[in-house]
Amino acid sequence: MYRYSEFDHDFLTERNAQFRAQVERRIDGSLTEDEFKPLRLMNGLYLQLHAYMLRVAIPYGTLNSAQMRQLALLAEKWDKGYGHFTTRQNIQYNWPKLNDVPDMLDALAEVGMHAIQTSGNTIRNVTADHFAGAAADEVADPRPYAELLRQWSTDHPEFQFMPRKFKIAITGSENDRAVIKAHDIGLQLVERDGVLGARVIVGGGLGRTPMIGKELSEFVAFDDLLAYLEATVSVWNQIGRRDNKYKARIKITVHEHGIDAIRAKVNERFLQVRPQFKGADMNLLEEIKGHFAPPAFRQASIASFESAFTNDPVFRSWVDTNIAPHKDADHAIVTISIKKHGETPGDATAEQMRVMADLAEQFAYDELRISHEQNVILPHVHKSDLPAIHAKLKEHELATANIGLISDIIACPGMDYCALATARSIPVAQEIATRFEDLKLEHDIGHLKIKISGCINACGHHHVGHIGILGLDRAGVENYQITLGGDATETAAVGDRTGPGFAYDEIVPAVERIVEAYLELRNSDEETFLETYRRVGMAPFKSALYPEAQANAA
Amino acid sequence: MARAFSPKVVTANDLLEGDVIYQTEDDRWSRELSEAELITDEAHAQVRLLDAARQANKIVGAYLADAVDGDNGPEPAHFREDFRRTGPSNYAHGKQESSSQPRA
Repeated sequence: MYRYSEFDHDFLTERNAQFRAQVERRIDGSLTEDEFKPLRLMNGLYLQLHAYMLRVAIPYGTLNSAQMRQLALLAEKWDKGYGHFTTRQNIQYNWPKLNDVPDMLDALAEVGMHAIQTSGNTIRNVTADHFAGAAADEVADPRPYAELLRQWSTDHPEFQFMPRKFKIAITGSENDRAVIKAHDIGLQLVERDGVLGARVIVGGGLGRTPMIGKELSEFVAFDDLLAYLEATVSVWNQIGRRDNKYKARIKITVHEHGIDAIRAKVNERFLQVRPQFKGADMNLLEEIKGHFAPPAFRQASIASFESAFTNDPVFRSWVDTNIAPHKDADHAIVTISIKKHGETPGDATAEQMRVMADLAEQFAYDELRISHEQNVILPHVHKSDLPAIHAKLKEHELATANIGLISDIIACPGMDYCALATARSIPVAQEIATRFEDLKLEHDIGHLKIKISGCINACGHHHVGHIGILGLDRAGVENYQITLGGDATETAAVGDRTGPGFAYDEIVPAVERIVEAYLELRNSDEETFLETYRRVGMAPFKSALYPEAQANAA
Repeated sequence: MARAFSPKVVTANDLLEGDVIYQTEDDRWSRELSEAELITDEAHAQVRLLDAARQANKIVGAYLADAVDGDNGPEPAHFREDFRRTGPSNYAHGKQESSSQPRA
């Protein structure tokens, strides 16, 4: 875990004091809303449909137990007893009062957290593989580099008034769990001739113009990476479009200029920028790496785990879905599902947060992660502790065995909260999960990712869902478009639209028809939905979705 | 002939609480859409919106929302406004906690 330096503490204290004064001036009328709005957004405070919303950054999705407990305290003391984990590894509080926000920010600062640059046209919270530092398949832990990027981008003087927001994701593994190809910049750590560096992807993004990122450089050594990224953001800051906010993201710049032209400009800029980086960043990186040293993994027998796995079918089912391989064979990565059937994806109560904090402290070397899939992870757990963890999770409705299954749905807040939304997404997710739970089909269906957004901005990542659902307002009623074949991993792809959308009460039956078609079409139980879709294409799913159209055509 | 003016209410969010409020005919801010002033004249709507905008130290983001005349005062014309006057559908939070307004 990164520990704040004195500089970090002072910076945050001063920033919070400034914001407290800004809130006071807004309330006493010295600041108009037009003046105040950019100030509150810089500090993560939005105004949504029913209330203010405070978005707190969870840098690269990493928390310790004290921080998780503090998030619980905020939920209880200043909100309605819960928080919402988002697809950007942040947490959102949906009901704060303007007067209370300065106190909330001070409470966050006590545990080294903040809401800076969770909004506005800045470099946002850097997201990372939620299995970072634990995954069996990683080249190196990406989080020290993510922390370096956080420090570099926070209050970066050149990057405070950019054409639009800018999102960076980083992974240390070839298997991409951080959706790096759907970010403005995606970084994949790679090693070449014993030197660590990154493959740099640029120009990915979802939203109204979904684009899969393109390779800007196949390898930039760590020594040069910060200068290279500064050059990249700088080129876009200069030539990115400011005339039209829908064309302002770097994906459009890359699309309009072409990746080769962008690469040439970045290389040219890099040569100018590089001399400014004199190695201080590498010294800092070395220091930061010390903060992320892996814990001393304990040695013990795993016999109790094996016995529980053999004898307890509920535990076995949970292990089969929610446990991933750890780099230490006697350890495991636990994904705690925040997707109990029928509940709001990503919402955890203050009590659940405390339970997870306690488990992290007792069994998981004090570490927690938030995934972009809106779940919570205990990254390092000795297998002998899994039965005790599972038992505790069960007591608090946190033991749902559905990771990677049809009810492990990403859903944005949608029109239940968000001022930008055009339709609801939460109830659609709740109803799909409940429906397939009733059908008892979930485990038979296997690996299937449904992602739901309540507007074209695509916070719910619908374009890269195996089944993507987009809620729109069509002539004053909610209407849902479906896409199939999206993929959020290293083989990233944007899904294809099936055809006309579905009304609110038709969307769950439509998803059911798609799934039924898949179960008919797959050539074995092992063939996943995505594999089947890639093999057979859209046509058979279309006939299942639109039987009337088929009948009319016949 | 100009298109008929569809009735409006002036709505905003409360500066401190952030919750949804409606302008009443007697210049109060109510939490209930049913108490809002239903404006049927375009020029009057603009005047009332200006009245709201002058109260910047009490409210945020005033705008004119379409509404229809119901049995018990104004009703929302669009589902977005129906959510605003009620609250989210996943929890009984927002106005569902304090108001008699049932979810449609």
